[in-house]
Amino acid sequence: MAILVKQEKNAMSGDEAVAYAAKQSDVDVVAAYPITPQTIIVEKFSEYVANGEVETEFVCVESEHSAMAACLSASVTGARTFTATASAGLALMHEMLFVTSGCRAPVVMAVANRALSAPLNIHGDHSDGMAQRDSGWIQLYAENAQEAYDSIIQAFRIAEDVNVLLPVMVGLDGFTLSHTLENVETLPDDAVKKFVGTRRLPNVLTHEGKTVPFKLDPDNPMTMGPIALQNYYFEFKRQQEEAMKNALTVIQQVNDEFAEVSGRKYGNGLVDAYCLEDAEIAAVCLGSTAGTMKTIVDNLRQEGVRAGLLRLRTFRPLPVEEIRSALENVKAIAVMDKSMSFGGNGGAVFHEVRHALYDANVQPLGVNYIYGLGGRDTSPRELRGIYEDLQRILQTKRVEKPIQYLELRE
Amino acid sequence: MTTEEWKFTTKDIAEKPDLFLSGHRACAGCGPATVLRMIMKATRGPTIVTEATGCMEVVSSIYPYTSWAVPWLHTAFETAAANASGIESALKIMKKKGKVKQEHVDVIAIAGDGGTYDIGIQALSGAVERGHDFLFVLYDNEAYMNTGIQRSGGTPHGAATTTSPAGTVIPGKLEYKKPIAEIMVAHEMPYVATASPYYWRDMLTKVRRGLEVEGPAFLHVFAPCPRGWRSDPAKSIEYSKLVVETCVFPLWESINGQCQLSTPSKLIALAPQKKKPVTDYLKGQGRFSHMFKPQGKKLLEEVQRVTDERWQRLLAKCGMAQ
Repeated sequence: MAILVKQEKNAMSGDEAVAYAAKQSDVDVVAAYPITPQTIIVEKFSEYVANGEVETEFVCVESEHSAMAACLSASVTGARTFTATASAGLALMHEMLFVTSGCRAPVVMAVANRALSAPLNIHGDHSDGMAQRDSGWIQLYAENAQEAYDSIIQAFRIAEDVNVLLPVMVGLDGFTLSHTLENVETLPDDAVKKFVGTRRLPNVLTHEGKTVPFKLDPDNPMTMGPIALQNYYFEFKRQQEEAMKNALTVIQQVNDEFAEVSGRKYGNGLVDAYCLEDAEIAAVCLGSTAGTMKTIVDNLRQEGVRAGLLRLRTFRPLPVEEIRSALENVKAIAVMDKSMSFGGNGGAVFHEVRHALYDANVQPLGVNYIYGLGGRDTSPRELRGIYEDLQRILQTKRVEKPIQYLELRE
Repeated sequence: MTTEEWKFTTKDIAEKPDLFLSGHRACAGCGPATVLRMIMKATRGPTIVTEATGCMEVVSSIYPYTSWAVPWLHTAFETAAANASGIESALKIMKKKGKVKQEHVDVIAIAGDGGTYDIGIQALSGAVERGHDFLFVLYDNEAYMNTGIQRSGGTPHGAATTTSPAGTVIPGKLEYKKPIAEIMVAHEMPYVATASPYYWRDMLTKVRRGLEVEGPAFLHVFAPCPRGWRSDPAKSIEYSKLVVETCVFPLWESINGQCQLSTPSKLIALAPQKKKPVTDYLKGQGRFSHMFKPQGKKLLEEVQRVTDERWQRLLAKCGMAQ
């Protein structure tokens, strides 16, 4: 692979890496509100603004609800827009997330994934992101700080693609990624600027019959965010679903193009399949857990165990085909959920992966592990135990307890 | 900054093309629709409007139709001021980067009393504190009319709504109307004013001033709702005169914190005998009808007393204490 640009190696936390990516991406407007563990992102960005290092209007809003409203409004005025939040902040945005995707505003947002109250907990899990999975946002989950950096840059390209035009949230695990220093290779400013380009606006037909760029422009008046009743609302929603479908292709293209510039690639952009070609047993997870799991898979492989891992880098749109083909030959899978779907008989990722496998020729045996809620540490030994469970399931051909909890007092 | 000279005459206003167009679905006698049509006459050049969820948003934007001849955005109920923040910030930076060609674009946020007094006040307070350059227009029809006449922080004392009905024990809304314009003055913002559509020239002048001022401006417009008030649709403009003549809704403006009465209210201050009793305004409105029954006498007296107190406080603020 041809690596075109020289990169710089930095010690950065995930939050810093995200802020740096946003800084390099020629963002016009950032409207954000601080919340742990996202704070470093807004603090860093405020520094860039205070030191004149960015040409960005930073709106230090009074709530996440207004953050998203301001981002959405700036975005439909034609601005490239970025924000970041976590947990309660994302929950407070809930209403506006739907309005943003419905208005087809390509806002990019970093989410330092964190638990939801009550009880109050500031640590990492996926409760916040999972609760927004039907909000019409594309959801990417990063494995490490490097991927958080790379994904923010890619997110602008994905969101603003005229065939997509949907907002993108990039999840990075609270504290595990947001606050932990890692080696992060950063691209030169001009390489990022060139990669993200200037925002292209699709042409749309206005009520006056004019074909004009899709934005609030006094020269070409357009009514945005109207009321649509029984006779039109449904069509709007159907178009969003089509855009999600298009995103499946665009995410892969952007992942490939980014690899040409940086030399880094995240699976095919949708899923990251690790040692799955001949795997008999495999875990499926999101985010930083995959890092530990890959080491465990390596160890097991050395012991002759045919273990593998499927990391869902893209959770929305759900890469159904890719999940199915990646797990085609796997006989038993363990799906890992870092959030609860109360009363739902398993976590969200479990539901979705099983849904993807329903149409497979042969379904693997499946077990769900709910883990790490509220930042509960999950040790490599415990994670290795998952594969040991899978080996037992493989031998006995049956799943005794389909839903299990790791490192939990019962 | 001014791109179009302000015209005062009825003829000029009539000749200026409408930016809030006919064909919308507002009710007969709708005060807010009249207000919007008129305030859009006072715009001075390129303008973007953002509106909170509410009557006027609903009646003017039913897809695939629109009443708006300017770029217009609706996002949610509580977001008018946050939207204005986003639009203004985008315009500012994109102008700097050469991505916007207009020399200046005015941003107007419009919301009803629900979207201002209640659910929208946080975003409004935040946007004003941050000093965005925009005009916020509150069209106050004194209840949640779009959802069927529920009480808001702007509903006056005694008024019957569907969530503050005049019952056998509780006689309509017990609480008083929140002094929203004074709350905005307390933000130490450059321009705050009240207006009523009967005094159209005063109202249009205030819209223009609000646009011309650098930084946030707030305009509180009285806007009768015949459906919600159970009043005669033909009398909406008459009520918007009476409300000023009775000093229930005095007209004033605060420029950089300096409060002054506007002419219609100033004339009353100078000739107190011209001040009409509140009953002149209240009678004929179904929402106050229980106050005109024998048991409502005390309530009526109380409304008069509070109106007088508020008027005296305003006079003192304007240096016209009597």
